[in-house]
Amino acid sequence: MSASAADQDRSTGSSALSALRGTTGPLVGLIVLCIFLSFATDKFMSVRNLLNVLDQITVLGIMAVGMTMVILIGGIDLAVGSVLALAMMVMGYLANQVGLPLALGILIALAVAGATGAISGILITALGVPAFIATLAMMSVARGLANMITDGQQIVGFPSWFSLLAYTRYGGFLTLTVAVMLVVFVLGWVYLRYTSGGRSLYAIGGNQEVARLAGINVNLYTIGVYVVSGLLAGLAGVVLAMRLDSVQPTAGVSYELDTIAAVVIGGTSLSGGKGGILGTIIGVLIIGVLRNGLNLLGVSPFTQAVVIGVVIALAVAAEAVKRR
Amino acid sequence: MTAKGPSTILSLRQIRKVYGSMEVLHGIDLDVRAGEVVALLGENGAGKSTLSRIISGAVQPTSGDMTWLGAPYAPATPRAAMDAGVGMIHQELKLLPQLSIAENVFVGRYLTKGGRVDRQAMEERARAGLRRLGLDVSPRRLVDGLSTARQQLIEIAKAMTLNARLLILDEPTAALGGEETQLLFRQIERLKADGVGIIYISHRLEEIRQIADRIVVMRDGAKVQEFDSGDVPVRSIVEAMVGRSLERMFPAVPEPAGDDMLEVRGLASSAGTFSDISFSVKRGEVFGIAGLVGAGRTELVRAITGADPISAGEVVLEGRTITPRSPRDAIRNGLVLVPEDRKLQGLVLDHSIEENIGYANFDAVSTRGWIPAGRLAAFAETYIRRFGVKGRGTQNAGELSGGNQQKVVLAKWLARNPKVVVLDEPTRGIDVGARSSIYETIMDLARQGIAVIVVSSDLEEVLGVSNRIMVMAQGKQAGILDRANANDVSVMELATI
Repeated sequence: MSASAADQDRSTGSSALSALRGTTGPLVGLIVLCIFLSFATDKFMSVRNLLNVLDQITVLGIMAVGMTMVILIGGIDLAVGSVLALAMMVMGYLANQVGLPLALGILIALAVAGATGAISGILITALGVPAFIATLAMMSVARGLANMITDGQQIVGFPSWFSLLAYTRYGGFLTLTVAVMLVVFVLGWVYLRYTSGGRSLYAIGGNQEVARLAGINVNLYTIGVYVVSGLLAGLAGVVLAMRLDSVQPTAGVSYELDTIAAVVIGGTSLSGGKGGILGTIIGVLIIGVLRNGLNLLGVSPFTQAVVIGVVIALAVAAEAVKRR
Repeated sequence: MTAKGPSTILSLRQIRKVYGSMEVLHGIDLDVRAGEVVALLGENGAGKSTLSRIISGAVQPTSGDMTWLGAPYAPATPRAAMDAGVGMIHQELKLLPQLSIAENVFVGRYLTKGGRVDRQAMEERARAGLRRLGLDVSPRRLVDGLSTARQQLIEIAKAMTLNARLLILDEPTAALGGEETQLLFRQIERLKADGVGIIYISHRLEEIRQIADRIVVMRDGAKVQEFDSGDVPVRSIVEAMVGRSLERMFPAVPEPAGDDMLEVRGLASSAGTFSDISFSVKRGEVFGIAGLVGAGRTELVRAITGADPISAGEVVLEGRTITPRSPRDAIRNGLVLVPEDRKLQGLVLDHSIEENIGYANFDAVSTRGWIPAGRLAAFAETYIRRFGVKGRGTQNAGELSGGNQQKVVLAKWLARNPKVVVLDEPTRGIDVGARSSIYETIMDLARQGIAVIVVSSDLEEVLGVSNRIMVMAQGKQAGILDRANANDVSVMELATI
């Protein structure tokens, strides 16, 4: 009994360590970046600015959790940016033009977003369409639908409580949107680490045939993962609507690339089976801190894009070199 | 040996090949004369393909000399061999289906005129090559949709446009029907008349008699016998192929006492790789399945365990029809498959041992989908110890030796307490020590009343561990032998029907 308790302790200790394994590189990068910015600017290391960073990464952070799961099983979801816009427009249309309660509009928007993921997932599993193509198609369809709802017009004028959720700092620091992101982080982390479903995703990404022969329902998990990715893209759309106090069909263009970048910077392997939420959180923070810092330094958005591209390339190259 | 009559075009002297610490070819001598067919025979792993890969430049010998048309010959690449006039026709065809026949014949060396691809010249030369083989198809036709036999002939035509003087045909009839085989044989006769030498590798011993002028038999990397005629009784060839190799140690095989555990009735695969298979396995019985490569053994056991679809038949477990439609189905019913290729089907190599053991056992390590910290590690540790895996649970499976990897795969499946265990090639690529521990494990399973099916290309292994042996040949069940009257010759006779 005591021996097995000791076993338990030892393995818990080692698993806490192994939780960080593979994310040390990105973590060091993040810390170096923060140290640099705290010397380069006087505003970066203030509570107020760091809270700003958190507010700025909510949309990216929420989407990145779904993308992590998709990439873990060896897939890719290019549709998230468009699905975000579609969810926004569905919500705005139902609340402001149909006149449904906003909360109900949000629920329906999430359902629609989840359904787009289900369709991608079914295309991939039942029809054998490559994930890249299936979600590329969904990216186009969702963007088109988002535009069709209002013929390309934005919708404004939500109740004031709605956008306040993104700006009221409960307890002096936590906005609701940040809280939602943190909850999504925790749920994603717990799921991937401590449930048989989460571990099955690693098996599928590691080797789909091994997983299938081991009795894991690969198709069901695959569809499920795309549903979650779609759902979280929808949730990110709602959060973005709160932050902008408006919805527009052009929102979220190229967000899928930022999201994939954050996941990959965080050490999740594009070939599947390796990675996790902790790395993704670090990846999201790196992108967020970098954007924030470059703004504080007065770097133009064009130059920012170049810098972020270089960081992505360096981060992934560093991991690849380390693995050699 | 002096060359009488037709001249010797290729001669090999003392060819050796060493991989790591293993010598796979032990000083092979071989001569091929112009216009003759030399059949190269041997069991799987006898060294035939290594030898043909050396001749065709894909592999370099560790030592020994080759002479080609009177000059020293040491091709560094398949391309060099091809340029010298040695063509190898592989078992799996390597044609590009979306290109025309002419393009396929000249792929990689397109004829050009003034920098542009000269289609006309290619088509003309391809047509000449096809005519020489008696093939009546337009060189402009796409390869896609041509029968396997015709594709094979196009491969040969391709080699002939390179002025090949020697062709190596590796199992050319493996995918051919009777008529197509005869078509191929007629073309081989034509090539012989043109003075082309042919090395012919096949497992179908009956057809050897029809086509071969001489027979060379290999076993365990050595040339063991040479027949100066193709007309040799199958039995003599088989005896030369299996030989009398060193006795290996097998544990005592317990007699099954129980009733039928598993029954397979009239099973046929959707892909047509096997049909009409019926047998039953008792509790505590070890049921071997033997046969040559391509006989449909792996496909059969994959279908029984739900990994591949079937078109007819049923699988009955303890009197209940379960016919699994997916591996998940089979596993739930207590039917597990330890697959043939542990690196591609059994393990995720860059995941840890404990994760790999966990992948088939989530229902045991989780409570309502929840896996508490440390539970998986503790579960895996039990089985790592029980099966004597030399490694830590957190180590990646890819870092282990083949034998230890196989133990992890066994642990993964046996942790489920299955009723039927199917082992496909359980000791492939595993050293002798690890083998005997796997044989012990098999007998343990039998003693516990589990029905065990063992598929193996290693004849001695099947004979050593099985209570009964089913022999398969070309997708059919050729017969079931009792342990008492199964021996290497009786099995090989059934397998080469």
